[in-house]
Amino acid sequence: MLEGLNPAFILIVGALLLPALPGRLRGAWLLAVPALGLLQLCMLPSGESGHIELFGLTLTTLRIDRLSFVFGIIFHLAAFLSMVYALHVRDLLQHIAALIYAGAAIGALLAGDLITLFVYWEITAVSSVFLIWARGTDRAFRAGMRYLIIQVGSGVILLAGIVLYFHQNGTIEFSHLGLGSTATNLIFIAFGIKCAFPLLHNWLQDAYPEATVTGTVVLSAFTTKLAVYALARGYAGEEILVTIGATMTAFPIFYAVIENDLRRVLAYSLNNQLGFMVVGIGVGTELALNGTAAHAFAHILYKALLFMSMGAVLYRVGTIKASELGGLYKSMPWTTGFCIVGAASISSVPLLSGFVSKSMIITAAAAEHHWFAWLVLIFASAGVLHHSGIKIPYFSFFGHDSGMRCREAPTNMLIAMGATALLCIVIGIYPQPLYALLPYPVDFAPYTVTHFITQLQLVLFSVMAFTMMMRSGVYPPELRSTNLDFDWFYRRAVPHALGAVVDLGWGVSRVLMELALIQVERVLTLTDRILGPDGVLTRSRTTGAVTLLVMLCLLVMVIYSLA
Amino acid sequence: MANRNQENPDPRKTYWLDDRRNVDKLVYALYTVCGGLFATDFLYHKHVHFGFENWVGFYGIYGFLSCVGLIFLAKGFRKIVKQREDYYDA
Repeated sequence: MLEGLNPAFILIVGALLLPALPGRLRGAWLLAVPALGLLQLCMLPSGESGHIELFGLTLTTLRIDRLSFVFGIIFHLAAFLSMVYALHVRDLLQHIAALIYAGAAIGALLAGDLITLFVYWEITAVSSVFLIWARGTDRAFRAGMRYLIIQVGSGVILLAGIVLYFHQNGTIEFSHLGLGSTATNLIFIAFGIKCAFPLLHNWLQDAYPEATVTGTVVLSAFTTKLAVYALARGYAGEEILVTIGATMTAFPIFYAVIENDLRRVLAYSLNNQLGFMVVGIGVGTELALNGTAAHAFAHILYKALLFMSMGAVLYRVGTIKASELGGLYKSMPWTTGFCIVGAASISSVPLLSGFVSKSMIITAAAAEHHWFAWLVLIFASAGVLHHSGIKIPYFSFFGHDSGMRCREAPTNMLIAMGATALLCIVIGIYPQPLYALLPYPVDFAPYTVTHFITQLQLVLFSVMAFTMMMRSGVYPPELRSTNLDFDWFYRRAVPHALGAVVDLGWGVSRVLMELALIQVERVLTLTDRILGPDGVLTRSRTTGAVTLLVMLCLLVMVIYSLA
Repeated sequence: MANRNQENPDPRKTYWLDDRRNVDKLVYALYTVCGGLFATDFLYHKHVHFGFENWVGFYGIYGFLSCVGLIFLAKGFRKIVKQREDYYDA
């Protein structure tokens, strides 16, 4: 491998070479590119390199340290697995977009300065939108547009923050920033948009479920976890992140429970999982930051697995609405099994990956005495189990038999799901290799008796609650519906308000016009009275009357001269 | 998409879970395990951060109530936010 070669270039150049390759080589190339990138990442020495001089600034395009390394590993893994999943796709544009997107996300991770980060940040936005547009529907086009505006917008805010930051501090190095100045607050908001902070979150649930079957899998891995990485790098230990994160874990689960589109349910649950990572960053201790990195690692895998299984269902039966699905385990037993592994992992069932990572964050929050946040996290953990752990597999593969019969997912999808499921299990049973990758030395044992039993109690009693409510008919039925979320403000309220403003403007201008016309009328009438046919100044008079007037004037003059 | 709606070799095949009694068996097994897990709290010493974690059955009861609360709140929430499926398309 070339010394100092950025793995991001391997993915991006690899993507651009794709059209030049003969068709039969493309599949192998798709897998080789992320594999080569991963190999290169592992061979690179830690430290900073890839310096570029630009307008008097020194850019550091390649920085390998423990934080960027662990994210780099999982990004490459995610790219590889989603390429396996997408191998059957013949749409070249999607493959190119996916590889450039993954490459840009890796480039952003490895960026040592804020300008390089910004450039890659915007490339991820522009490349990823093609995965949404590739769906080809009008709905996807419009969702993609909204997504693009928000993503690029976050980049613009980031750039504004960077310019201010450079102006104040004279450096563009991307290290701990901390809140406080306008510059760092702007950068924080830019990261927050990509991380789907509450009220800034809605692009995620809006856009991801509209992407293609394979596109959603790719999307689920990179953008939001890049933001988590950036927050961990720049804002570790900011107390407000505990509150933001805890809110993120809790509120999306209400939507997830009532949402009918199962890929949208997963998008809400993705938002909830980000909340755990954000809490970890806010707590900011070594254990918490390790937990965040570990959770991002585990989460990318099980979330991709869940999106893969739902994608397989969508691919085979053409819908992903819970109200229309059910009983598919009969047709897709393997997909069902893999989905259950993903569902159990996200629910933190002991011996699976979610357990060994999430428990670090929850323990770290408890160790710093965030008791309220801790209670919210436990509530959210029970909630995750509900909507992702049970609802996803139950309504698609079990529940009421829809009568749908289809073939099992294509082989490449099954291989991708199988490999991802295997990783979820291996990490769960044997977390030490993952722990060894984390930013700080790990002094944490997930499998203590207390952890094991309390977690099993939490999980199984939640399952029991679901079972009882399902059997007693309390559980809300799946309904075809749109549930209004914050996007209502920019999709309905603001356009309507703008419409109202325009209407008001028209109204006001019409009234003003009327008033002006009345004034013009008045002026015309007055002119008419003075200068019209019978006007004071223009009336025609008889010769006699004029002679009389002249004589009177002469008389007055004579009298005046005599006097 | 080409293979959509293609039938299984035998669509009328019945499965173990199709029998209501087997589902009942699973549910009772779940209840039994939960009962056993609840009882475990009397048998070991918890290593905890907060005092309330030591209450007997804390995790089980908190998890159960969280789920029930979540569902009821979500049902109420649905009344506020639910719209026709084509709300934004109209």
